[in-house]
Amino acid sequence: MEKPLTQHINSNRPPLNFNEYSGVGGYEAVRKAMAMAPAEITKTVQDSDLKGRGGAGFNTGMKWSFVPMNGRHESKYLVANADEMEPGTFKDRLLLEGNPHQLIEGMIISAYAIQANVSYIFLRWAYKKAARVIRQAIAEAYDAGYLGKNILGSGFSLEMHLHTGVGRYMCGEETALLNALEGKRATPRTKPPFPQVSGLFGKPTIVNNVETLCNIPHIINRGAEWFKDLSLGDDAGTKLYGISGRVNKPGIWELPMGTTMRELIEEHGGGMRKGYKFKGALPGGASTDFLVEEHMDVKMDFRSVAAAGSRLGTGTMVILDDQTCPVGFVHNLEHFFAQESCGWCTPCREGLPWTEKILKSLENGSGRQEDISLLEMHTQFLGPGNTFCALAPGAMEPLQSALKYFRDDFEKHIDEKRCPYK
Amino acid sequence: MLTPEEIEEIEHEAALVPVRRAACIEALKIVQQRRGYISDESLRDIAEHMGMSVEDLDSVATFYNLVFRRPVGRNVILLCDSISCYVMGYEKIYEYIRERLQIGFGETTRDGRFTLLPNCCLGTCDHAPALMINNELYRDLTTERLNEILTEYK
Amino acid sequence: MAVIYIDNVPYEVKAGKNLLEACLSLGFDLPYFCWHPAMGSVGACRQCAVKLFKDDQDTKGRLVMSCMESVRDNLYCSIEDTTAKAFRSQVIEWLMTNHPHDCAVCDEGGSCHLQDMTVMTGHAYRRFNYKKRTYNNQYLGPLINHEMNRCIQCYRCVRFYKDYAGGKDLDVFAAHNNVYFGRATDGVLENEFSGNLAEVCPTGVFTDKTLKEHYTRKWDLTMAPSICQHCSLGCNIIAGERYGELRQITNRYNGDVNGYFICDRGRFGYEYVNSLNRIQHPLIRSHVPEAVNRETLFDHLKPLLSGKVIGVGSPRASLESNFALRQLVGENQFFSGVPETTAEMMEIILSVFNTGDVRIPSMKETEEADVVLILGEDLNNSAPRLALSVRQAVRNNPVEVANTINIPAWHDAALRELVQSEKGDCFIAYPVITKLDELASGTYYISPDEIARLGYAIANFLDPQASAVPDLQGNMQGHAVLIGNSLQKAKNPLIVTGVSLQNPSIIKAAAAIAAALGEGDRKAMLAVVVPDCNSMGLAMMNAPSILNSTALSTIGSPDTLIILENDLFSISQEAQISEILDRSTNIIVLDHLHNPTSARADIVIPVGTFSEADGTLVNNEGRAQAYFQVYMPKNENLRESWRWLSDLKNLRDGTTDANNVTPHDLIRQLADKMPQFTGADQAMPTADLRIKDQKIPREPHRYSGRTAMNANLDVSEPKPPSDPDTPLSFTMEGYKGLQPAPLNSFFWSPGWNSNQSVHKYQMEVGGALYGGNPGVRLFNHINPGDRSYMNGIPPRFKPDKENWEMLPLPHLFGSEALSSLSKGIAELSPQPYVAINSMDAESLNVDEGSILQVIIEGVQYELPVKIKPELPARTAGLPYNLQELTGIKWPAHGQLVKG
Ligand SMILES: Cc1cc2nc3c(=O)[nH]c(=O)nc-3n(C[C@H](O)[C@H](O)[C@H](O)COP(=O)(O)O)c2cc1C
Ligand code: SF4
Ligand code: FES
Repeated sequence: MEKPLTQHINSNRPPLNFNEYSGVGGYEAVRKAMAMAPAEITKTVQDSDLKGRGGAGFNTGMKWSFVPMNGRHESKYLVANADEMEPGTFKDRLLLEGNPHQLIEGMIISAYAIQANVSYIFLRWAYKKAARVIRQAIAEAYDAGYLGKNILGSGFSLEMHLHTGVGRYMCGEETALLNALEGKRATPRTKPPFPQVSGLFGKPTIVNNVETLCNIPHIINRGAEWFKDLSLGDDAGTKLYGISGRVNKPGIWELPMGTTMRELIEEHGGGMRKGYKFKGALPGGASTDFLVEEHMDVKMDFRSVAAAGSRLGTGTMVILDDQTCPVGFVHNLEHFFAQESCGWCTPCREGLPWTEKILKSLENGSGRQEDISLLEMHTQFLGPGNTFCALAPGAMEPLQSALKYFRDDFEKHIDEKRCPYK
Repeated sequence: MLTPEEIEEIEHEAALVPVRRAACIEALKIVQQRRGYISDESLRDIAEHMGMSVEDLDSVATFYNLVFRRPVGRNVILLCDSISCYVMGYEKIYEYIRERLQIGFGETTRDGRFTLLPNCCLGTCDHAPALMINNELYRDLTTERLNEILTEYK
Repeated sequence: MAVIYIDNVPYEVKAGKNLLEACLSLGFDLPYFCWHPAMGSVGACRQCAVKLFKDDQDTKGRLVMSCMESVRDNLYCSIEDTTAKAFRSQVIEWLMTNHPHDCAVCDEGGSCHLQDMTVMTGHAYRRFNYKKRTYNNQYLGPLINHEMNRCIQCYRCVRFYKDYAGGKDLDVFAAHNNVYFGRATDGVLENEFSGNLAEVCPTGVFTDKTLKEHYTRKWDLTMAPSICQHCSLGCNIIAGERYGELRQITNRYNGDVNGYFICDRGRFGYEYVNSLNRIQHPLIRSHVPEAVNRETLFDHLKPLLSGKVIGVGSPRASLESNFALRQLVGENQFFSGVPETTAEMMEIILSVFNTGDVRIPSMKETEEADVVLILGEDLNNSAPRLALSVRQAVRNNPVEVANTINIPAWHDAALRELVQSEKGDCFIAYPVITKLDELASGTYYISPDEIARLGYAIANFLDPQASAVPDLQGNMQGHAVLIGNSLQKAKNPLIVTGVSLQNPSIIKAAAAIAAALGEGDRKAMLAVVVPDCNSMGLAMMNAPSILNSTALSTIGSPDTLIILENDLFSISQEAQISEILDRSTNIIVLDHLHNPTSARADIVIPVGTFSEADGTLVNNEGRAQAYFQVYMPKNENLRESWRWLSDLKNLRDGTTDANNVTPHDLIRQLADKMPQFTGADQAMPTADLRIKDQKIPREPHRYSGRTAMNANLDVSEPKPPSDPDTPLSFTMEGYKGLQPAPLNSFFWSPGWNSNQSVHKYQMEVGGALYGGNPGVRLFNHINPGDRSYMNGIPPRFKPDKENWEMLPLPHLFGSEALSSLSKGIAELSPQPYVAINSMDAESLNVDEGSILQVIIEGVQYELPVKIKPELPARTAGLPYNLQELTGIKWPAHGQLVKG
C-alpha cells in the first residue's frame, strides 16, 4: 500500500532536512514542473481529481484554473492554509512537523502553476514545533535556490514567508485568512469575487490546505492516473484519516481514499475501548454530521460520505461512545462555534449562542419542551447561504444530525429534568 | 516606548509585506512575546509605530483571542476544551487546576505564577486531553502528570 | 433596463443595481440594516433575505440576501415566500435577544429603524429566555450619546465613521456576540461628521446629545425644510421645534447637494436660536424704557427714513431680506456688509462663473472627480461637507478596475478589498496640514501668494498661452508639471479653491487652471468655497462693499444707516467700523442676537432666525434654495427682516400692501429687477400652492398634545397660527401624501418612521427626489471671452521679519459665529493661539505655549504659541474669527513680539 504523503515521516525522528529530502527524490517534482507550462501543471492536477483536503472538497486544478493568466498582474499569491483548528482535526500537524520540505515543494509547484510570486504559510499559533521546522526548511530551500529569485534558472521567482496566527478558528476560512494576513480582523469576505481574482491585497490568490499541497509533488512525479489508482473509492489519492475518542488506538494514518469507517475504527483504531460502545462519529471534524452504526460500511470519500448524509470534511473522525452524553457532546461543539463566530453576520453571532444556551439548559435539567423546536429552527435557518460564511452551517451539522439520531436523549433530558448520563 | 530590538523585529516583518499595516499582527506578537501582554501603552506605541490609530489596532488586537490585552501570569496555561478533550475528560483536568491553583478560566493566581485560559482544539486529539503551558505542549494528561508538570513552572 | 419577476409579477428595473435597491425603488417594503444607500452592501445583517429561483420552473429556490444580488434580466424572486418571511422575522428575533427593549426611554423611539423593521417582519413573541449581555457606555463628547446595549451590530457606524468619513477614533472591538462599537477609551469623537452616526445607526446607540437636553419625539416636533446657515454649501436640513424652542437638526436628503450626510457644525450649531442673548423687543436707545412696542417704533422711525438712508446688506441674510433692504434704501444706497477683499474675491468668482469657462459642480458631481486639486482651502474646516465629497472622489477613483472583474459598484466590501489602500490623485496646496492630506498624493505647505503662483505655473504648463510665472522657487516648476500632468490625464478633474486665505490671486489661478483644462463638454470642474450661507446671493446683487473707499465717499454722512443681520465689528477693525458708524446720525440694526454692532445702534429691531423666517439663499455653486419658518414664535416681535423692511418701506412711502407680501413675491420682484436671479423664484414656491386643495403640514399626523400642551397657561384651545407666506401649515392638517420635494417637512412613510423612509421620496434609491432635487441653479447667463481674471500673478513671497503675513485658519468649531454660540460647539472650539513654524519659534525664542504679543494694525493680542512645523517662514496662523479674534481686517500683516 503506497503512502506517498507519509512515507518519510517518522514521529520518533526529526523531519528530513533538505539533503535528506533531496536524497529520497525530493524537489525532483519542482525540476520537472519547471520544464512544464503552468497550464499543463494545472491540467495534470485537475485530471488527477485531487480534491481540496481543507474540508470543502473542491477540485484543486479547477480552482487554479480560475486564476487569470494574462500576465496583467504584478503580484499573485499562493497561501498554504495550515490553520488547522477544526476540533477533532490533527492531520496537517503531522505533515507540517513530519516533512516540511514536502509542503514547500508542493507550494513551489502550485505557485508556478498560477505564476504566483509570493507565498505564505498561515500556521496556527499552537503549532510551535511546526513553526520551528518550517522556518528551518524555508531557509534551506532558499539556500538551495528553490526559493527566491529566478529559481533553477527558470526565470520564475517565488518568495515564501511563514505567518503564525494569534488564535481564532475563523482564520481557517480562506477569505478570513486573507484578512488576517492583511493585518485586519479575520472576518470573511463575500464570494464572488473569488480570491482567485481578488484575493490577498486585492490580487489573484489561491488558498490551499496543507494536505492538498503536499499531494502536488507526487502527482507531478507520478502522474494523474497513478494518483487516481491510489484510491479505493470515488475520489482520487490517499487520505490522512484520524480517529480520536474512546478507541483503543487513537491516531492518524494515511490510507487509500475510500477506506470504510469500519476498517478505520476496528482495524486502525483498534476498536472501541473496553466497556464502551460506538454510538456515532463525526467523520471529518466538528462541523460534519454524525454517522452512526448503520454507516459503518460507508466508504470514507467525498461522494460516499455525502450520500450517507454527512461530509468527509477533514477526514479526522471524532467518536461518540455510549457513555458520553450526546447533548453534552453537542453542547461542547456549539460552545466552541459560538465562541469562534467572528461576529459579522446576525444568524451566527446571535443564533449560535442561543443554541448553546439551550443545550446547556438541557444538560442542567432546565430544558423546556419547546427547546427542541428552537434547536431545529436554528438548524434550518443557519443553513448554507443564510449566513455569511460556512462557519455557522458547519456548526449546525452535528446538531441537526444529533437531533435526528439521538432525539431520545434530548427528550429524556427534558422529561427527566436532568442529564441521564450524569 | 518600543525597544530598539522590538522595532528592528517589527521592521523586518514590515519589509515582507506590501502594505505596512499588514505587519501589525506580527508587531503585536513581537511585543507580547517580550512583555507578556499588550498594555494600553504598548498598544499606543505599536499603533504609532505602524502608522495606525489606536482604535484601528485595538480593533484587530481584541479580535484575536491570543493577543492578551490584560496582564497574564508568568505562565499561561491553555487548556483545550474542544470536543476530543471533552470526550476524554478535560473537565477533570480543569477541576484539578481549579483546586490546586485556585483559578478558573480567565483568572491569574494571586502570586502571578499562572493564568488559565480555555483554548480550542490543539490539534492533538489522538492524545487527549491536552494543554499547553507557554510554548510547551502536554498530551495524554492525567491529574498525576499535571501535578508534576505544574511544579516545573515557577 | 432589465425585467425581473417579484412574486411572479414582471417589473422593469434599472440594471446594475442590487435587488434590495430595486425592490425598495419599486415601493416594496423589504427590511434591511447593514446596507446603506450611500455606503453600499456588505451582506452582514442578513435582514434583507428573499427567495431566489433559478427560473420560472424552479419552485424550491434558495434564500439570498437581496442587497448582495445583482439585478439581471429574468431574475425570479419572491419577497412573500413563507421561508423568506420567517427568516426575516427570525433575524429580528436574533437581534432582539440581547436588545434591552427600552423603547420607552430611548431617544430613538418613534424614529427607529429597528422598531420599524421589527413591525415590518412581524416578530412579536420573545422565545429567548436567558440573560442578556450588557455593556458599558462611553462618554463621546458633548454632541453624541452612546448606549451600547441597544446595538444590533449592523456595522454601519464603523463603516460610516471610519471607512466613509475617514474617522480614526471609532471602531469595532472584540468578536462573536461580544463585539463593541466605540472608542478605545472615553473621549470626544474627533471626526467632523460624527453627528451622522445618530442617523446612520438604526437604533438608539448613537443619538443626538443636544436633542437629549430638550428631548422631543419625532412625532411631537413641528418641522420645516430648511437650509443650513453655517457655511456656504447650503446643505439641506430639517429643523424641528416644540414649545417655542428649536430642538433638532437632521439631514434633509438632496441628491445634488448633501445627499445623506451633513457636518457637525450644521447639525449641532442651532442652539443660538434658543439663546438668552436674543433680541426680544424693538429698542429705542433714547427712549425710557428702551423696549418699545411696534407703534412707538414706527412713529419713531418714520421721520428717520425720509432723509438720506444707507443700507448694509448681509451675507447671512436671505435674498428676500437683502432685497427688501435694497428696495427700501434704493439701489445706489445699498451696500454689502462684507470685507473689501472678500468683496473683491466674490467679484472675481462671479466673473469666472459668468464666463462659462468652467463647470460649477454640485457636491454630488464633485464625488465623481478622478483628480482633485485643492488650492488654498482647508475644506474640513471651511466647507466640511465638501471635504466628505472630495474624500469619496479620491476613494472611489481606483474603483474603475472593479468593472473589469464584474464587481458591481454597490458591492462595497468587495470594492474595498480589491482597491485596498489605493487612491485617486489629489493635490493640496495650503500653508498647514489639513485632514485631507492623508489622502493626498502631493501636499505643498506654502504661503498664499506661493499657492497662487503654483496655480499659475500649473495653468501655464497646461496652456502655454497663459502667462509664465517669473522667478519660480526651487522645485515649484517640478510640482506644477507633476500636478499638471495628472490633471491633464484626468477625465473629470476638479479644482477646489476659495476665499479662506483672503488672497484673490488664488481664485484667479484656480480659474486659470480650470479654464486651461478643457472646453465644451470637457470643461473642468471648479468648486469655490465662499464665506457665508448667502455670500453668493449677496454678491450677485452687485452692491459694493461698505468698507470700500469709493463706497465710503459716496455715502458721506447719511441721516440713517440700516444694518441688516450683520455684526460689522466682526469683519474689520473697530476703528474703521466706528468711523463709518460715526458718520450717521441714526443707526438702525436688525438682528437676532445682541452684538457689538447692535450695541452701537440707536434703534434695534429683533428679527427671526432661519427657524422663525422664510427665505432663499444662494449657495457656493449658485444654487438658490428656500428655507421655511419652522414655527411661529410666541414673541410677535420676532419677524422676518424682510417683513420689517417691507413695512418700513410702506411706512415711509405711506403705502399699504393690498395683500400680505410673501417671500415669493419678493423673489419674483428680485428676478424681474436683476436678470442674474432669473429662476430663483422657482426655488421659493408661491404661497397659494395647494395640493388637492390642501396646505402641507409641518406636523406629522401623530403630533400629540396640541390641545393640552399649553393648558397650564390657558385651558382654551388656542387657534393654531396660520401661515399666509408659504404653502406650509403650522399644524398636522393638510395633504398627507408625498410632499413636493422643496416642501418636505419630514421624511415619514407608513411603516417607515425613521429617516430611512427617504427612499419613499426618491424616484429611485439614492437618486433624485420626486419632482427633482430642490433648488435652482443660477449662473446660466454667460459672458464668454472675458478672461481678465487670468492676470495678476503675485510676486514671489518674501518672508519679512518685521511684517509677518498673518494667515486666517478656519476651524470647524469656532470660526462661524452663530454656531459657536451653541454649548457643545463652544466647548469644542479651540482656544485662541498664534501658530508659527519651529524655526521662527526658535528665532523668537519661544516654545509651544509661550505667550506672544501679536500686533495687527496697532491692535495687540496676547496669544499662546502653537508650533506648526510646516508653516512657511514668517507667516503666522490665527484661528479665524474666534470670538476673541474678530475684528481683524484680512488679509493682515503684523508683528510678533515675545511677551
Ligand atoms: C470556519 C472555517 C474554518 C476553516 N478552517 C480551515 C482550516 O483550518 N484549514 C483548512 O485547510 N481549511 C479550512 N477551511 C476551509 C477553507 O476555507 C478552504 O476551503 C480551504 O483552505 C481550501 O483549501 P483546499 O481547497 O485545499 O481544501 C475552513 C473553512 C471554514 C468555513
Ligand atoms: S457565519 Fe457569519 S458571523 Fe459566523 S463566522 Fe461566518 S460570517 Fe462570521
Ligand atoms: S441589508 Fe442585506 S444583508 Fe444587511
